[in-house]
Amino acid sequence: MKVVYFAWVRERIGKAEETVEPPAEVRTVGELINWLAGRGETYAHAFETPRVIRAAIDHAHVPPETAIAGAREIAFFPPMTGG
Amino acid sequence: MTTPVTIRLQEADFDTAREVAAMSAGRTDVGAVVSFSGVCRGGVDGDAIDALTLEHYPGMAEAEIGRHVEEALGRWPLLGVTVIHRYGRIVPGENIVLVVTASSHRQAAFEAAEFLMDYLKTRAPFWKREDRAAGDTNWVDAAAHDDAAAARWTKS
Repeated sequence: MKVVYFAWVRERIGKAEETVEPPAEVRTVGELINWLAGRGETYAHAFETPRVIRAAIDHAHVPPETAIAGAREIAFFPPMTGG
Repeated sequence: MTTPVTIRLQEADFDTAREVAAMSAGRTDVGAVVSFSGVCRGGVDGDAIDALTLEHYPGMAEAEIGRHVEEALGRWPLLGVTVIHRYGRIVPGENIVLVVTASSHRQAAFEAAEFLMDYLKTRAPFWKREDRAAGDTNWVDAAAHDDAAAARWTKS
């Protein structure tokens, strides 16, 4: 699945998007965050405080307990500061 | 008749007066036009910035603003809505965002404009970065008072 990152999440990881293939036991957005955090130092830094990370599946906000099955694009980003 | 809705995300600045005038041009049913402009400040607490850089999530930003405009149309008798949000580098004094709402009477236009701004600040996928001299950059933290402002519109 395609994963995209924004703002300081993107900067800490060092890339704007990538394709990942998490194992089958990674079923929810929250579990995907934990799995990504284990991929290396840059990821651990980006996801060091999971409760502040916001997520979207296919351009709609979702809470961490949301299932990732069938998602085309999952986004991770900090709380929004537009307007 | 379908309410005219304009949603634009753009790097370039916009002409606020023209957008406001367009809201009632060629029609006689509009009795109230409210506009809110968000403008880039030169710094916070005496700490000057060179510019803000606005990052956004293309595709989702349009979709999310569209969802909130749809909700506003369902809650207030609006005759027109325009939302313009810039991205990229914005220097102090320049526009960041514009919300214009039109209705027959002022209350709906005032309330809908405030509703849209409260949700834009907390739900639309934009992130502000402060840029200072010598390449010093800092992502702006989300403000708790913005979350509280958005929460008051939640239907009980």
